[in-house]
Amino acid sequence: MTDPDDPDVTPREASDPSDAALQATAELDSLSLLAEDLLDPSGPLTPSGHLRRRQMVSRLAEAAQTTAAVLAVAVLGILVYSVASRGASVLSIGFLTKDPPVLSGVAGGGIAPAIVGTALIMAVATAIAMPMGILAALFLTEFAGRWTARAIRLALDLLNGLPTIVVGLFVFGLLVVGHHQSGFAGSVALAIIMLPLIARATQEVLTLVPAGLREAADALGVCHWRTVLGVVLPTARGGILTATVLAVARAAGETAPLIFVCSIFSNTTSLNLFGQALPNIPVYIFNASEAAERYGFARAWGAAFVLLAFILLASLGGRALGRRATLSR
Amino acid sequence: MRPPDPSEMPATGASNVRPRVRIQTPALAHEAAQAAANARPTDALRGSPRGEQDSALTVGREAIFDVQDLSVSYGSSQAISGVTLQIHRNLITAIIGPSGCGKTTFIRSLNRMNDSVPGFTIDGKILYHGHDIYDRGVDRVEVRRRIGMVFQRPNPFPKSIYDNVAWAPRNLKMKSGLDERVERALRGAALWDEVKDRLKDSALGLSGGQQQRLCIARAIAIQPDVLLLDEPASALDPIATAAIEELMQTLKNRYTIVIVTHNMQQAARVADRTAFFNLDASDGRRTGVLVEYGDTDVMFTRPADTRTSDYVTGRFG
Ligand SMILES: Nc1ncnc2c1ncn2[C@@H]1O[C@H](COP(=O)(O)OP(=O)(O)OP(=O)(O)O)[C@@H](O)[C@H]1O
Ligand SMILES: [Mg+2]
Repeated sequence: MTDPDDPDVTPREASDPSDAALQATAELDSLSLLAEDLLDPSGPLTPSGHLRRRQMVSRLAEAAQTTAAVLAVAVLGILVYSVASRGASVLSIGFLTKDPPVLSGVAGGGIAPAIVGTALIMAVATAIAMPMGILAALFLTEFAGRWTARAIRLALDLLNGLPTIVVGLFVFGLLVVGHHQSGFAGSVALAIIMLPLIARATQEVLTLVPAGLREAADALGVCHWRTVLGVVLPTARGGILTATVLAVARAAGETAPLIFVCSIFSNTTSLNLFGQALPNIPVYIFNASEAAERYGFARAWGAAFVLLAFILLASLGGRALGRRATLSR
Repeated sequence: MRPPDPSEMPATGASNVRPRVRIQTPALAHEAAQAAANARPTDALRGSPRGEQDSALTVGREAIFDVQDLSVSYGSSQAISGVTLQIHRNLITAIIGPSGCGKTTFIRSLNRMNDSVPGFTIDGKILYHGHDIYDRGVDRVEVRRRIGMVFQRPNPFPKSIYDNVAWAPRNLKMKSGLDERVERALRGAALWDEVKDRLKDSALGLSGGQQQRLCIARAIAIQPDVLLLDEPASALDPIATAAIEELMQTLKNRYTIVIVTHNMQQAARVADRTAFFNLDASDGRRTGVLVEYGDTDVMFTRPADTRTSDYVTGRFG
């Protein structure tokens, strides 16, 4: 048979198989004449000529890459170790459940208000960013035209690259100037940081949903929105959850925006999201380490350890979720 | 539970559907509007189109589809051109032809599955019960509601067997008697006995042949008017294929079936009518054309065109 895509083979030529076969053989011959060194297929199978040099280069490159990878892991290890070794000493049930002491320079006390505040701020930020991120991703993959989608993707990537301190400044101008600091303002700032992360990751997951599933659902005479809700989203559920958890892990430690919008707080547990700034772990760490006194420092390390543990666990959990979701598909 | 009345095609959701369609001439558009206005099923009986042999099978039988001079392009490359044929009620019509001749393109055009393909344009007309399905104001969701499709590769939803079949009826507000509906569909697809004890299990645990029959059950659960099958058995073994072929013979009493197949024996076995598409390379570009269309026994024993006889006997160019 002749190659159906070959424009040179006109139907007349193709109809004579012997002609076409002859031509194909001739092409093969001219190819092998061009090649300088003809391969001797019966020679020994050890590296020879260029191959030896290429192998050396490749070994060098491999060594460099391995070193870099080991270094990256080492940095994480050293960091976790130094935080854990300093923070673990203050860690106790009381540290997680008590208020900080009212006077500075006193040992004991805990960071309960900051833990509660961070949890509340993060919950609200997730409640804002998750639906918006998912809807944006759905619009991108299911409804937007090619150019609109490209523009929105670009916007999300730019938003993702925005310095968080700029986000903080923006929310400060939007919600704090003329009013006062509040936990809600912190949530909004963190939601802005989470939104592009969730939207882009969700979009990646949605593009992995097989096109055949969408077609099958569309072919049943059901509106596309129903297809999205009933088939596309459930199929991508695991991946979307992973994306959200990873975004939470990323935003939970953000400090810069909170310093603007949610940093002047009393050290008592509060659930008042709108009335006042809520204590939160990142700003607490910042404040306590600024205080330049021994016990505050210890509490700062303890809080850092709690935050780090939460973020590491959330990241690992998110990844495990994602792996399970892809396996079940 | 509303049995679809295929002779009425309400223009629902007219505003948000903008198919990339070129209406050929104002005169044709006007004609379509008129046809839509006074068409009843009996009006759709027309004379045979060009190139089609008269046949005892089609005499007095309603033409469900009346395809007139259909050309389809993806971007600047034309996939099929000048296809004119009629598809008749309660018959199995097979589409055969070499790879790339536009068989898939053709049947996907019949229920507007191609609308979302970038660059897709269509010329000519596809009348379904006398209504131009690419007419302005025709909602493609409504089109697909009546013209179901089963794809080459089984594509069950990652849901339970029951939910696969029940999903579309639920979304189409056919919720009363859902259990019976699911059972009827699964029986209709000759799958009930194999799955009745594991309806809550994931459909992905079924074998390929069972999955394909599940897809057929899913398609007939909403009681469409027409079933389009694009090489439904190409991923299946001979036993599963035989099951699906047998199934088609019972389904044709209720539905009008169009099947694309690469398998000549399969076309000869199951189809009442066969259309042979071929690649036409005469003007330097390769486009699919309809070469011959007629009763299957005629097409396979004494075709009028030498290209048809070459193809069905396995003597290619
Ligand atoms: N989505 C698409 N975009 C662009 N070109 C397409 C698309 N689908 C099909 N084509 C082109 O249209 C022509 C007909 O394709 P089609 O899939 O209809 O052929 P077919 O007869 O179904 O082939 P096969 O038997 O291999 O399935 C081919 O040249 C193909 O490359
Ligand atoms: Mg095909």
